[in-house]
Amino acid sequence: MAVSRAKDKSVGAAQSPMLGAAMFAPAALYILLLIGAPFVLAIFYAFSDARIGNTELHFAGLENFRSILQSPSFRKAVQNSIIFTIVAQIIVLVCSNILSIALEKPFRGRGLVRFLILLPWVAPVSLGTIGWKWILDSIYSVITWVLVWLRIVNPYNTPMWLGEPQLAMASVILVHCWRLIPFSTVILLAGRTAMPKEIPEAAAIDGAGFWRTLFQINLPMMTPILSVAVLFGTIFTFTDMTVVYILTNGGPYDSTQTLPMLAFTQGIQASDLAAGAAISVFLVPVLVLIAYLMLRVAHRAEVS
Amino acid sequence: MAVVETRDLTKVFKEGELGAVNNVNLETREGEFLVFLGPSGSGKTTLLRMIAGLEQPTAGEILIGGRVVNDLSPRERRIAMVFQSYALYPHLSVYNNIAFPLKAQNVKKELRKDKVEWAASLLGISSLLQRKPRELSGGERQRVALARAIVREPSVFLLDEPLSNLDAKLRLSAREELERFHRRVGTTTIYVTHDQVEAMAMGDRIVVLNQGCVRQIGTPTEVYDNPADTFVATFLGSPPMNLIENGDVIVGFRPEHFRLAESVRDTQKVAFNFRVENVEYLGAEYILSGSLADGRLEGKKVIARLLLGHSIEAGTTYPFAVPEHHLKFFDRATEKRLEPKVDARALLWQ
Repeated sequence: MAVSRAKDKSVGAAQSPMLGAAMFAPAALYILLLIGAPFVLAIFYAFSDARIGNTELHFAGLENFRSILQSPSFRKAVQNSIIFTIVAQIIVLVCSNILSIALEKPFRGRGLVRFLILLPWVAPVSLGTIGWKWILDSIYSVITWVLVWLRIVNPYNTPMWLGEPQLAMASVILVHCWRLIPFSTVILLAGRTAMPKEIPEAAAIDGAGFWRTLFQINLPMMTPILSVAVLFGTIFTFTDMTVVYILTNGGPYDSTQTLPMLAFTQGIQASDLAAGAAISVFLVPVLVLIAYLMLRVAHRAEVS
Repeated sequence: MAVVETRDLTKVFKEGELGAVNNVNLETREGEFLVFLGPSGSGKTTLLRMIAGLEQPTAGEILIGGRVVNDLSPRERRIAMVFQSYALYPHLSVYNNIAFPLKAQNVKKELRKDKVEWAASLLGISSLLQRKPRELSGGERQRVALARAIVREPSVFLLDEPLSNLDAKLRLSAREELERFHRRVGTTTIYVTHDQVEAMAMGDRIVVLNQGCVRQIGTPTEVYDNPADTFVATFLGSPPMNLIENGDVIVGFRPEHFRLAESVRDTQKVAFNFRVENVEYLGAEYILSGSLADGRLEGKKVIARLLLGHSIEAGTTYPFAVPEHHLKFFDRATEKRLEPKVDARALLWQ
């Protein structure tokens, strides 16, 4: 392996030393300009007193961080971001596991079902969420309509899906799940298909039932790929602003406030760039930690 | 321990197509080592998988220990199976791999430990218990798979080409080990292979399969010396039996019975002139290929297997002969073996 890799490298390098760099440049430039530069700028702003409309800029030390930590909105946003992420991930894992088991064996129309399940992931987040905004609307909600028709809710006192704190939180989590399940399902399906067919068969012969095979054989064997799905799902949910922005704008009473949403409200809408930057930068160590932990789990599962 | 029986067992994968297994009737004997032998696609693995309960038969019955098990899941059939790839659980240690079937049966922890240690010592892998399957060699993996199979004392052992992943040298020692293992535990064993040497060496009886049908069931001697049809005749033996079409019959004789006329001592023998076209030296023997040079048999391709001690040159014609009792006759239309009613010499020369 090592030998062949070294050989490949020498062939490419010998032909044109610049080729490798040229091929690599667009990706590097893209990351530097569109991710690296704004990131550095955000860190810079977080330690300043930058405001929209003010050309002067002073070093403010940790003042921004001190002030956001004291803000109840911020604490609520941290709490919500964590709740949304964890609850959504649990639901997504359970559902995508069920779906991947259901979709593994061939049946008539499997291709169509797979396509339909993948749709929420392919559709733009904002469009999908706007659809959900209508589904959860206080007057036109189809969910309410169905529940009324089934005589489960009183037609004169219908639930305000996005207007009551608990229901609003549940709604946001629901939309996150709807969006992430396809992705997770595809990853788990790949993990299942990659597993040698003989392993679950051996488990069946050894006398293991469905649950034992699932929890002691399939899932442990899929740990690396599961942790990839969880890592991606966590980061997608934790950093997502679109869903909350479109559905609730963080309301009612900050009950669905999340960190990206708060950063946007404070930094852009309230013109306090420095506070917004401080909130965004606050996310970084958390995400780095999550990524590190997940990659470690994946690595350990692979080598052990 | 138990006897496995199949009655008109059939498996059709795609409707309208020829079945993978067609009307197979067979019965093992108590404690027997039965080998399913056939080329790839002969249905031997499908047959085994139906007995294991991994494949649902299209028609027919499977009996284990006198009980119809068609509707029982693999776990209820009390069988153990060793897969071609061994199918060890990669994330579990050797100990936990062997303990898995016991856990699935809710065997108590202390008893479990005793049994795992017993199985491991039986197969000489006690020192490997803490390793992961990845850290084992092919032979060690096979032994772990066997230990996992034996640990809950199944009534029947099913082995699906367990030696095919081993290199040639290891295969021989693993084969001997399997034979010794079977003699010691004495459990009824069904062994699937495409390797006729393995089948001959290990089997108490051999079931020869082709295209989903049983061609012959018999001891190694029976299937080798008295093949039921031309398929069995050519599938067993390397190089295969020489078959010569002659009128309504096919005459067959094994390469090792086709010898220089002078060294055939039997009085009842049939002589041929053999034009040797190629000589292969294999150390202990020669493989001679060429064609017959007699009247109406002119040009028929045959192979001879000769021990050392003769000097044979390619391009020369030699007088060869086959002892008469080693000639087999098959019906040309059905390819089934015929009892030699006619005088062999008369048949060959006219």
